[in-house]
Amino acid sequence: MIEQILNDLILSPAWYYTAARGLTVIVILMSIAAYSVLLERKASAWIQGRVGPNRTNHPLIAWIPFFGNVLTRGGFIQPAADGLKFLFKEDALPGHVRKTFYVLAPCIALAPVLISLVMLPFGELPSGQIITLCPGADIGVLFMFAISSLGVYGIALAGWAANSKYPFLGAIRGSAQLISYELAMGLSVLTVFLATATPDQDNALSLVSMVKAQTGAWNILYHPIAALIFLICVFAEANRHPFDMPESETDLVGGFHTEYGAFKFGLFFVAEYSHMIIGSSLFILMFLGGWHVLPWLPTVGTGIFATLIGLGSFFFKLAAFLFFFVWVRWTVPRFRYDQVMRIGWRVLLPVAVANLLVYFIWYALKG
Amino acid sequence: MAIKIVERRPLSFAEKTYLPQIIAGLKVTWDNLVKPPVTLQYPDERPVIPNGYRGVPTLVRDPHGREKCVSCQLCEFVCPPKAIRITPGEILETEDNNHVEKAPKEFEINMLRCIYCGLCQEVCPEEAIWLQGQYSMTGKTREEMVNNKEKLYELGGTLPDSHYKWDKKKAEAERQQHGNH
Repeated sequence: MIEQILNDLILSPAWYYTAARGLTVIVILMSIAAYSVLLERKASAWIQGRVGPNRTNHPLIAWIPFFGNVLTRGGFIQPAADGLKFLFKEDALPGHVRKTFYVLAPCIALAPVLISLVMLPFGELPSGQIITLCPGADIGVLFMFAISSLGVYGIALAGWAANSKYPFLGAIRGSAQLISYELAMGLSVLTVFLATATPDQDNALSLVSMVKAQTGAWNILYHPIAALIFLICVFAEANRHPFDMPESETDLVGGFHTEYGAFKFGLFFVAEYSHMIIGSSLFILMFLGGWHVLPWLPTVGTGIFATLIGLGSFFFKLAAFLFFFVWVRWTVPRFRYDQVMRIGWRVLLPVAVANLLVYFIWYALKG
Repeated sequence: MAIKIVERRPLSFAEKTYLPQIIAGLKVTWDNLVKPPVTLQYPDERPVIPNGYRGVPTLVRDPHGREKCVSCQLCEFVCPPKAIRITPGEILETEDNNHVEKAPKEFEINMLRCIYCGLCQEVCPEEAIWLQGQYSMTGKTREEMVNNKEKLYELGGTLPDSHYKWDKKKAEAERQQHGNH
């Protein structure tokens, strides 16, 4: 009975079910993005010996005896306040910007991230079906790479439309960085394709088959160098420290979003965090066994519980990874622009190629 | 002075990859993360004010309860932002400390102007005005931020006195008067 309803919810091709699923995933992504902002603020506070947001509350919530206090002290209502602030601020339109593109840029920054969500698998139903928005697509990784790199158009357009120098520099840096790191990222993933694409496997590009190939050891154990390169590239693609060239507050004011405020800035903000979420999900699916609980221990429990535990383990890994992003941000200073370029072209790319060659030869010899 | 030339060691391979340094840095920040916060939750917790703290200027009484200010107006003249306004007044013949001759009728310190420089305390010949431990002045109107005489004595309280200057003067005057007769 429950399984039937779940199957309908997750697999039914009827349009209203599809729309509901899409909305759910977007809402989940948005809430994770909002709460990773909270995580960012809290973790940075802890690292710096501070307390972090612990005052925001609402009379209705503060009234709950013990729980309300915990929610207030933990800052759990802060994201709602932040969001409302962005929503109700005056949405100023500077006089010197190119208006159409200025308004378009935040949308273009966010849309690709949301689109690439359709390919993400989250877990496995007891029937063996996959929980995803677009079941059966066998080009998962390629699609994700292709679409999520479009996010840089948002940055480039924002920098250009703002019609002032700092955003423009930020946009140029962003584009250059994305091109440099996209290559190394793609090459590092190829070794994982090689491992997954056994002769009996006909859709090696699908994220699902990659996860299924990791029931034993996770890919990070077989492909540590590829995993490291991919990790660094995820940081660079998400424009996070130590690669936040397009923003770099200290030398470019705010980088590409200097001229933005209110809700448009909020969109950029959400796009950045969503980028982090998509990048982490990709890393988890390709290298950390997706929804498998531990290496050599793919599932715990049976039936619907196995599904729930799998989902839980995926989201736990995601949360841990988001924390890692934050942790690195408050540890490492920003690389200089020339260092970023040097690491991208002269270190990561050759290492990725060499790594690929080694695995290539090894798989060829193995037959 | 001798110049010592420090040899610049080229970076080792591990250092060139940045990774050991980044991992060491992550450990440092992790250690900080698990430490308890050092922040004081200000409105809930109050800081411990050390002795000799120079906060809001106040007027004090001596241990006999006599107001020490004799309204000489030196503090009013020295005050750089002109925050102090004194209206001098006589002490009535009927009061038992009329030998002091003068006392302020009104004494106002405008805390919107005060810059906490402490010159008033420094210049006071009677040790009557003191910058004491109160550090937080708030009010909703400009009038609330002006401390009048009553408020100043309430904030100041009583401080120990080692001289009892006016008592000595009174005793001396009485002795001389006695000797003359």
